[in-house]
Amino acid sequence: MVARAATAGRADVELIWRWLETVVDPEIPVVSVVDLGIVRDVRWHEPPSGPLLEVTVTPTYSGCPATEVITASIREALRHRGIESLRIVNRVAPPWTTDWISESGRRKLERYGIAPPRPLSPGATPPCPRCGAEDTECIARFGSTPCKALYRCRECLEPFDYFKCH
Amino acid sequence: MTPAADADDALFEYLLRLGDNALILSHRLCEWCGNGPVLEEDLAISNVALDLLGQARYWLGQAGEVENKGRDADTLAFTRDGMDFRNALLVELPRGDFARTTARQFLFDHWHLLLLEALAGSSEPRVADGAVKAVKEVRYHVERSDEWMVLLGDGTGESRDRINSAVCEMWPYTGELFESDGVVRTLADKGVTTLHEKLRDPWRARVERVLKRATIEPPADSFMHGGGYHGVHTEHLGYLLAEMQFLQRAYPGAQW
Ligand SMILES: [Zn+2]
Repeated sequence: MVARAATAGRADVELIWRWLETVVDPEIPVVSVVDLGIVRDVRWHEPPSGPLLEVTVTPTYSGCPATEVITASIREALRHRGIESLRIVNRVAPPWTTDWISESGRRKLERYGIAPPRPLSPGATPPCPRCGAEDTECIARFGSTPCKALYRCRECLEPFDYFKCH
Repeated sequence: MTPAADADDALFEYLLRLGDNALILSHRLCEWCGNGPVLEEDLAISNVALDLLGQARYWLGQAGEVENKGRDADTLAFTRDGMDFRNALLVELPRGDFARTTARQFLFDHWHLLLLEALAGSSEPRVADGAVKAVKEVRYHVERSDEWMVLLGDGTGESRDRINSAVCEMWPYTGELFESDGVVRTLADKGVTTLHEKLRDPWRARVERVLKRATIEPPADSFMHGGGYHGVHTEHLGYLLAEMQFLQRAYPGAQW
């Protein structure tokens, strides 16, 4: 453990990004904070007091209650890897957008039963993530969390969440 | 006082207005949590409330930094007295029935979106950053409010009567939203915000377009209430604060 802590004292940034890929969103536990585009930057600083890792995160929605849990999870995951000197910076601008969700994040959402965000022409609805049917209808603009809307599939009749474009 | 100090005071006041509007309206919406007409709507209202609460936290946090006296968003929200609140009267009115909540939200949302769209181009990064973020959320609020207005207005006789009288009741509280006092003018001069009168015509056009679809006659402008932006509130705000601030008042500094 000592050896690992020593190397983690200034671990490679690429490696840290991979560690952060294990930190999941508390509300959608199949996607990581990296998949969602919540982590914006990872960099080392060299103040006189010794190396300091700075992780910049951005909130998805202003009122997202998961933000504090996410910050705590990142802190815990990195401390577990031996990073003690850590600063998490919350950056509002530029504002988070669903365009920042990675391809792998979109696939994971769909497999989990959440239709990933996509540009929809007016009146169009997202296809059902369960059976792929196009014939779906909106039940509520706001689903279980602010980032989702509730839809129903007219083919398999199952309700599903749609991750709204933002 | 130097011009710079004046400008900082104005910015602090203005950030309080943005924050308090969002905070107080959020609290009114929260009162529906568990009481919504249907489960989906209960969730939708709570989600709009959550968006507004997040925005309030941002604006009040910025206000505290500008003031630079060690007050953070929580301190500003939970330890100020009624006369120190800077929200418009519209948002503190009791939630009433679902029609009143909907009418108030509809009138507020359209103003809110127009204001935030203007603030997105602010010369002050604190203001622009918060507005750009909030605009995306408030667009959804507007869509939802518009749908409900049409659903209730063009619905049954009962729903039409109720939403119609709710719009008439809320209308005299909208005047305040379009006034520019010294604070707004000072900041508009510096490109931090826009003169609020400029929002009136586009607001009226947008609101009337939806009211028409809802088969509701837009009320004529007559007497308008005001004073919220200067701390002169209705009696309703005190009751709201008594509930909202209870815990921090009874157990100062409590955290969990
Ligand atoms: Zn289906």
